[in-house]
Order: sequence, then structure tokens, then C-alpha cells
Amino acid sequence: MSYLTATKRAKNLGSAHAGTGHHWHMIVTSVMLTGLVPVFIFTFGPILGMPYADVLGALSRPFPAIVIGLTLLVSLVHFRNGVQVVLEDYAHGAPRRIMVIVAVIATYAILATGLFAVARLAF
Amino acid sequence: MPDVNRGARPLSPHISIYRPQWTTVTSILTRITGNALIVGVVLVVWWLLAASIGPGAFARADGVLRSWLGDLVLLGSLWALWYHLLAGVRHLVWSTGRMLEIHTAERFGQAIVALSFVLTALTVLILWR
Repeated sequence: MSYLTATKRAKNLGSAHAGTGHHWHMIVTSVMLTGLVPVFIFTFGPILGMPYADVLGALSRPFPAIVIGLTLLVSLVHFRNGVQVVLEDYAHGAPRRIMVIVAVIATYAILATGLFAVARLAF
Repeated sequence: MPDVNRGARPLSPHISIYRPQWTTVTSILTRITGNALIVGVVLVVWWLLAASIGPGAFARADGVLRSWLGDLVLLGSLWALWYHLLAGVRHLVWSTGRMLEIHTAERFGQAIVALSFVLTALTVLILWR
């Protein structure tokens, strides 16, 4: 038997079979961030507040550069997937699609900007 | 499917009629903190980009992040970060089938709220200069 309602079957609104993969991806990134975020807080925290020359010095070292770059990468990919679920819960139809696309573009733009800055400071 | 009038059926009660509980409030806070953290991320990315551009741009971004408003947003982001992390750990525990009984889940919610404030205070004490 089918678990779809008649309306959903007529509108072809069944499962996209992508939910499990999405959920698993959130689990993987959240496990990684559980370890990464405290390291980020105590790596980035002391650098914020330093004079300009010291900031440049600190961010040219490998460890802070890798921690900050990695945290931006994983947390923003986690955000990209999380914000999609929020929009899918509260918005519908065309506004939902437009907002998901805008959110994904904005997230990747922030990510690219952050990684560019970290790379430029490191090299 | 039986031929029923789907439009005229009564709707089940929604959040407006429920008393707020630790489980519901901590759940929505997870979503709010996760989304609100983008503000802190944008500030940090702006600060990093400014540092990579030069002293003038850095002075502007650094001035905003270390103003009283910047301090307030970053302090809020720090709490949101700890809270969202603890709430995420809670979901990982729940995914194993543990701590799902109502009273345990309520205690768990109280614990992550308390711990988020403790960790925020500790972080501020450690990083304070």
C-alpha cells in the first residue's frame, strides 16, 4: 500500500529520497564542529583585540590559519544545510525556492570571502 | 482514499495554545541561535578581509567589532555558539535513543541552558584582557 495521500500522489509530491543523506550530513558536520568550535574560540579569541601587526603575525602561522579556515568551511556548509530546513519548514512554493537559492548563494559568498581572507593573510 | 472533505476538518492545536516547556523552548532556541550566528560569522569574515586588505580597512573593522555594540554582538554570538554546540550534542545523544523520557529530556534542556551560560562566563574570564 502507499503511504501517500491522494493529493500528494496527484501532485507528485512524494519523498525525494534525499532526507536521510541530508540528516546524516548534519550529523557528520555537527560531530566535527563539536571538536572544532572550542578550538576556534580559544584560537581566534586571543587574536581579536591584538594590534594590527600582531594580528598579521598570528594569522600567518599555520595553526590559526587552518583552524579558522576549517571552522568557516565546515560551519558554513552546516549553516547552508540548516537554513534550508528552516526555510522548507516555514516558506512554501515559489518564495521557498527563491529564499533557499538566495540563502545558499549568500552562504557560499560569505564562505569564499572568508577563505580568501584567511589564505591572503596566511601566504 | 475515502472521499472526505479535507478543507473543512478541524485543525489540530498548534503552538499558540501550549504552555512553553523546557523541551519546546530549548528546541526553538537551537534554531534561533544557529541562524543568528550568521551575524557573528559575517562580522568575523569582514574583520579577516579587512586585515588582509590593509591597516586602514583593519582599523575600521576592528573599531566596529571592539566597540560596545560589537562587544555585545560578539558576546551574544559566543553564548549562541556554546548553546548551539550543546544543543547539537543533545541531538547526537537523542539519536542514540537515550535521554528521551520526558523528565530526563526536561532536565537535559535545563542542563544545556545552564552549561551554556557557565561556558560563556568561563570563556570571557579566560579571554578577558
